[in-house]
Amino acid sequence: MSDLTSTNGHPLVEHPDRADGEPIPNPGLPEHQPRPTDVDPALERRAERQVAAMFGLATLLALAFCVCYFTIDPEATVFGYGALNLALGGTLGLTMLLIGVGAIQWARKLMTDHEIIEYRHPVRSSDEDREVALTQFRTGSAESGFGRRTLVRNSLLGALGVLGLPAVVLLRDLGPLPGTALEHTVWRRGVRIVNDVAGTPIKPEDVELGQLINAEPALFFPQQKPNGTVVPAEYEGTELNTEKAKAAVILVRMQESEIHPIKPQANWGYQGILCYSKICTHVGCPISLWEHQTHQLLCPCHQSTFDLAHSGRVIFGPAARSLPQLPIGIDSDGYLIAMHDFDEPVGPSYWERG
Amino acid sequence: VKFLSSRRRHPLAGLVVLVFGLVLTGSLYSAFRPASADQSSSDTQLISQGRRLFVASCSSCHGLNAEGVLSKHNTNFGPPLIGVGAAAVDFQVGTGRMPAARPGTQMEARTPVFTAEEIRALSAYVASLGPGPAIPSKNDYDTQGLTAEQIAQGGQFFRTNCTACHNYTGSGGTLLHGRYAPSLLGVNPVYVYEAMLTGPQAMPIFSDGVLAPQEKREIIGYLQSLQDQPGYGGSKLGGLGPVSEGLWGWGAGIGALILATVWISNNGGRVKKKGQ
Repeated sequence: MSDLTSTNGHPLVEHPDRADGEPIPNPGLPEHQPRPTDVDPALERRAERQVAAMFGLATLLALAFCVCYFTIDPEATVFGYGALNLALGGTLGLTMLLIGVGAIQWARKLMTDHEIIEYRHPVRSSDEDREVALTQFRTGSAESGFGRRTLVRNSLLGALGVLGLPAVVLLRDLGPLPGTALEHTVWRRGVRIVNDVAGTPIKPEDVELGQLINAEPALFFPQQKPNGTVVPAEYEGTELNTEKAKAAVILVRMQESEIHPIKPQANWGYQGILCYSKICTHVGCPISLWEHQTHQLLCPCHQSTFDLAHSGRVIFGPAARSLPQLPIGIDSDGYLIAMHDFDEPVGPSYWERG
Repeated sequence: VKFLSSRRRHPLAGLVVLVFGLVLTGSLYSAFRPASADQSSSDTQLISQGRRLFVASCSSCHGLNAEGVLSKHNTNFGPPLIGVGAAAVDFQVGTGRMPAARPGTQMEARTPVFTAEEIRALSAYVASLGPGPAIPSKNDYDTQGLTAEQIAQGGQFFRTNCTACHNYTGSGGTLLHGRYAPSLLGVNPVYVYEAMLTGPQAMPIFSDGVLAPQEKREIIGYLQSLQDQPGYGGSKLGGLGPVSEGLWGWGAGIGALILATVWISNNGGRVKKKGQ
C-alpha cells in the first residue's frame, strides 16, 4: 500500500501487522443498546403521554396569554412587579419552553434511535462536474458577447466603478472637521454661573464650606434682568446639548488655607470657591462625585481621581491631564461670573491636541 | 353710678381701686405674656440635659466644648461641632451613625443609641453653640401635594446632583478609599433633607441658598416615586446596574443554557440488549 499518502503529502508509515496500514484498529461503533422505552411498551406509552402533556400544556398557556392580555390591568402589580408583564412573559415563555422541551423529549425517548455513520465528502468536486461548470461558463460568456462587445462591457464596468463614488461622498457626513470647536466653550468674561436645572444665579455668600454646586453658564437659561424683563436662553436644541456637554462645571468651596494652586491658577478662585470643568479628562464622563473632606473628585466611570485643592491634578486613575479650572469672580450685582473661557480644551484628549 | 359717686371718698376706696388695678394687670399679663417665657426655661433645661449627654457620650472625640479633637497627624479625629446646627446632630444621632462604635473610614447607619427625647436635648445643646441649620419641619420634606411636574423636576435635580454617588436608582455606590454612598431607598425623608442641608461625612453640602427648600422637597418626592415604582421590567436586581445584571446574565443565564445543552446531548438511560 505504498500509494497511501496523508493530506500533507508525506507517505503514511505502513504498519506491518495491519492490512489497512493504520497503526490502531478502527474501533467502529459501540454496540447498540436500546433505551428503556424501546423494550418496555409501558414506559413507551408513559413517555408518549409526557410529551403530549407538555404540548397540551403549551397550548393552554398560549391561550392563557391571550386571556391575560385582555383581562389584566396594565397598572396592576403583584409582589412589586407589573402583573401584566409578569403574566405575559410567564405564559409565553413557558409555552415556548414546553414546546422545546417536549420536542427534545420526543426525540430522546421515542424517535428511532440507531447510530449511523456519515462520512465527510471531499471538498473538491468531481472532474466531470468541473468540466460541465467550465463549459457552461464559456458558453455563457460566448453567447452574451461579454468578450466581444467591448463597448457594452466597458460601459458596464464604468458604471459599476462610479457606483463607489456615492459611498465615498457620503463619508462627508461624518464631518465637517471640528476645527477649533474643541478648544473653546461658551464661557466668556461676565457670563454668570447658574445652578443647573433651576438656572438661578449664585451669590458667593450662599455657597457654604463643603458645598457642591452643579452649574452651567447662564446662556442656557432664560435670565431675568434687574428691570424685570426676561432674556430668553441663547442656546437651544442640538446646539444647546452640544455646548452643554462642554460647558458643564462644578463649584466647590473649601477653606482658603487648604487651597494650594499651581502658579497661574493662584487667583482663579473666589474666597475659596473654585470652579472646575465637570467633564473628565479621560473619556469625558460627567463627574461630580465630590468628597468635601478630602477635596477629591472621583470619576465613577474609571476611578480617575482629581485633587481640587491642588488645581485639579490627577492623583489616581487613567486620566492624563488635570481637570481644567474656570477662573471666576463676581459682577456688579454680586453674582458669580466667569472671568474668561477655559484656557485649555475641556474633556478627553484628542489626536491633534498632542 | 350714684352708688359709685357717693362712695368714692370712702376710706377704703383707694384700696379697692388698687386691688382692681392689680388684678386687671395680672390677668392681662397672663393672657398676653410672651409664649416663649415658659419655653425658654425648658429650653435651658433641654440644653443642660444635652450638655450632660454630650460630655458623657461625645466629648472623647469632639472635645469637652465641642471644639473638635485633632489626631496625631493633625487631621480631624472628631470634627468641631460649633455651628453644625441641630440638623446635623439629628441626622448623625437619629440614624445611629453617632455615637461611633469605633473610628473608621465611614460611620454606618445603625439602630440609634439615644431616644428621641435625648436626641432633641443633644441637638438643642449643639445648636446653642453656634448658628447652624435647624431640624427641618414636616412641611419642608412632606411630599404631599407635589404635582407630577414637580416630581419630574425633582428627578432632574436628583440626576444632576445626586446620581454621581447615589446611583440613578438611589441605591448607593462606591466612593474613594473604601467609603461608600449609602442607599437612599427606605430612608426617612427628614434624614435625606438633613443630609442635603448638612453634608455628613464625605457628602458635600447642598445649602438652601443654592438648592432651595422647595427643590429639596421635589427631590424627596422623586425618591419616593422611585421607591414606589413597581418593577414593570421584572426584578430590579438591586438597581446596581451592570454588576448585578451581568452577574445574573453570565451566571444564571449562561449556566441554564449549559445545563440545557448537557441534557440535550446526554445519551439517556440504556438497557442491556434483550436476551443477554
